[in-house]
Amino acid sequence: MDARTEELPVAVRAQGLGKSFPGVRALTNVDFDVRHGEVHALMGENGAGKSTLIRILSGVHRADEGTITVTGAAVPFRNGRFPGSPGEAERAGISVVHQEIDLLPNLSVAENIGLGRQRTRFGLLLQRLMRERATAALARLGIALNVRLRLADCPIAVRQMVAIARALDVSAQLLILDEPTSSLDAEETARLFTMLRRLRDGGLAIVLISHSIGEVCSIADRITVLRNGTRVGTWNAPELPPAALVEMMTGRTVTSGERSSVAPAVLPELPALRAEDLACGHVLGPVTLSLHAGETLGIAGLLGSGRSELLRAIFGADAPDGGTVAVKGVRVRPGSVRASIAAGMAFLSEDRARDGVFADLSVGENLLMALQARCGAMRPIPRTEAKAIVDRFIAALGIRAASADAPIASLSGGNQQKVLLARWLAIEPTVLLLDEPTRGMDVGARAEIESLLASLRHRGLALAIVSSELDETVRTSQRVLVLRDRAVAGMIESADVSEGAILALVAHGGDPA
Amino acid sequence: MNASAMHSWHRWRSAIAWPLVAIVMLLLVNAAFDWTRTGTFAGAFQRGGFLSIVMIDGRPTGAIMDTLSRGATVALLAIGMALVIAGRGIDLSIGTVMAITGVTAAAVVDRGAPGWLAIPAALAAALVCGAWNGFLVTIGRLQPFVATLILMVAGRGIAQALADGQILTFRDPVIEFLSGGRVPWLPVPVPLLVAMLAALVTFIATRRTAAGLLLEAVGSNPGAARLAGIRERLLVFVTYVASALCAGLAGLIECARVRSADPSRLGLSLELAGIFAVVAGGASLAGGRFVLGGAIAGAYLLQTMTTTMYARDVSSDVAPLPIACVILAVCLLGSPRFRSDLRAIVKRGKQ
Repeated sequence: MDARTEELPVAVRAQGLGKSFPGVRALTNVDFDVRHGEVHALMGENGAGKSTLIRILSGVHRADEGTITVTGAAVPFRNGRFPGSPGEAERAGISVVHQEIDLLPNLSVAENIGLGRQRTRFGLLLQRLMRERATAALARLGIALNVRLRLADCPIAVRQMVAIARALDVSAQLLILDEPTSSLDAEETARLFTMLRRLRDGGLAIVLISHSIGEVCSIADRITVLRNGTRVGTWNAPELPPAALVEMMTGRTVTSGERSSVAPAVLPELPALRAEDLACGHVLGPVTLSLHAGETLGIAGLLGSGRSELLRAIFGADAPDGGTVAVKGVRVRPGSVRASIAAGMAFLSEDRARDGVFADLSVGENLLMALQARCGAMRPIPRTEAKAIVDRFIAALGIRAASADAPIASLSGGNQQKVLLARWLAIEPTVLLLDEPTRGMDVGARAEIESLLASLRHRGLALAIVSSELDETVRTSQRVLVLRDRAVAGMIESADVSEGAILALVAHGGDPA
Repeated sequence: MNASAMHSWHRWRSAIAWPLVAIVMLLLVNAAFDWTRTGTFAGAFQRGGFLSIVMIDGRPTGAIMDTLSRGATVALLAIGMALVIAGRGIDLSIGTVMAITGVTAAAVVDRGAPGWLAIPAALAAALVCGAWNGFLVTIGRLQPFVATLILMVAGRGIAQALADGQILTFRDPVIEFLSGGRVPWLPVPVPLLVAMLAALVTFIATRRTAAGLLLEAVGSNPGAARLAGIRERLLVFVTYVASALCAGLAGLIECARVRSADPSRLGLSLELAGIFAVVAGGASLAGGRFVLGGAIAGAYLLQTMTTTMYARDVSSDVAPLPIACVILAVCLLGSPRFRSDLRAIVKRGKQ
């Protein structure tokens, strides 16, 4: 064992944790400890039990078995075993930044950071003090931000930083970060990691959940791997090279995906999708692109470069100010989702919770929703047919669900994503627009989705994929459109696609460096 | 029965179970009162007893028949409200819409037109009200609470204007049939029949088509519904029209009962009864899943409470308090979370 971490005092220790949900055994006899002054990475595939473990630590779920001890907690847990509520966990010094950022978009940045711990004088809120404290909390993360801004008006990356600032504003012993980098670009990630190292050296215990192996290897001191709800083991980071880590997570050897074949030599005359001079307010400049059947167009660029906005404008999710979209040469009414779907387009948004999942409804109902919407209210899909379609997609995409009638909220994030992908495949689109289709997924699920997308392409679909993972873009795409500052920086054709070429365009635009 | 049907059956059962349990318990309480009053257990079933059904003029009467008949008004309101709430809306205007329809019917009859003309005219007025609400919510993008509050307040003025500030009284066999009519071979109060018919039509329109599911999707996540290609605005619009039509039927029944339409009193604060019924029937005000049977059971629970208060001579000033207590108990017991918390407390007490 590494001498440095060996000597560090334990901050939080979990012993023999177990948890079941209806139909699912989420966690079995898991031991886990985090020490002061270390970054402890928690790794595992989707559904391995990471989120459940985090939710038990943070008092959201109650463990069926096991105990949690926090060294130096001022007050013991009321039930003597584990935090019974998020508030109790927070008082014990366990702070969490969740993957689905749980802030209040209607309030200001300062209010979001100070909420629940406002200082009052004569019952009145001390607004200025709150703002000053929020500004100071953000400054510690190296962010200068007007804290009066409404959170909804901030980009997702900034909201992430606000969430971390909020978590650190209480006197935290243990900071848990669930996928903190999934919406950050490389530069923001580096800044976040610098900050985490500083906090770690100050004695904070940090648990990090991330799907990016590279990130984990660069920052983690120790790594715990979960698989199917049990602990595979805990290692000092240097003892576990990336390949071994992936093996531990998946239980099988994974070869790194080869770049798929280059585009067919002769592309059909008529593009499957053609967008001309598409513009959308201040978020997207005029963009022109065409996309052919049987090809995957990667769309790369930094966060805020207009890549998500481009897909949304093509699909009509946001009404464009100008420009045209045509599918197979036929103009599509701009700004109309239904017209886009009727024309053969499908769009998987990056924000699963906001734009995709019907949390009240079952897996099957979620899966069939786009098909049913297209059929219309008056033509319900017959029960036997519906069951056949749902079962087929559950099998084809390897969706892990107790049954088609299970609530979709009972599925892990990756499996929910597969249901949403199936929702669109069920209407047999000709153009599939995907915004971060593998966001928050582990290597195994990611490889599955990538090969699924490749097979769809071979069957003649036209795909446009936005991804912030350069290696994924390079692996999956025939051509890559690079956006920079809401406009096209350049198009990289098949033979020239490489991470270097994309980075060059991202960094320097179309001009020679 | 396949898995999916099983699933919806469970949902249905859990939605109506608690209101039904409460209704049965109320009936038992009434029977117990009658028992102590008359000294015999059979007292509850004899003339004057709460559970008695006595034929008078060839029609069944008694507290139970009275409950079935009078409960139809709130049941109708609850059917419409269940749809609106499922789509993440709320309709505060239904009490006022009752007044507008009642006054319209009375005014049409007042001008010498027959009842078979007055009823469609009144329902047309309700339809306009619903379309107005739907327009404000879907096109005007007002919050449902505010949008329907406008008609709730302003609509009373419209009703007053239609009635010239008077209480309109009328005699018309067709309209009166809606409250006191007799159907040959079917000893069921006509209001109950109207409510059941409305429930059946609504059930077929939502559950034998995909409209109910699509509406639940809209209520569950409006943004995702739009991106999935659901015509969410049309669906929401239709729920407000349906709600107003249900309120219109309820308004006609109520004014037929008293053979008059009072623009300032008809349907007053019944929107709250409608919301109560839907919530007691297990629905969430946040939208999503809805169960029509639950809303109707909730409405009849309210009416059973009211009839019980009359039968036990509780003054109408005090009556809302016990009613509120029962509603609270049903809502709490209907919540799975409260039940599991309660079980935990009971278990701790035993240790």
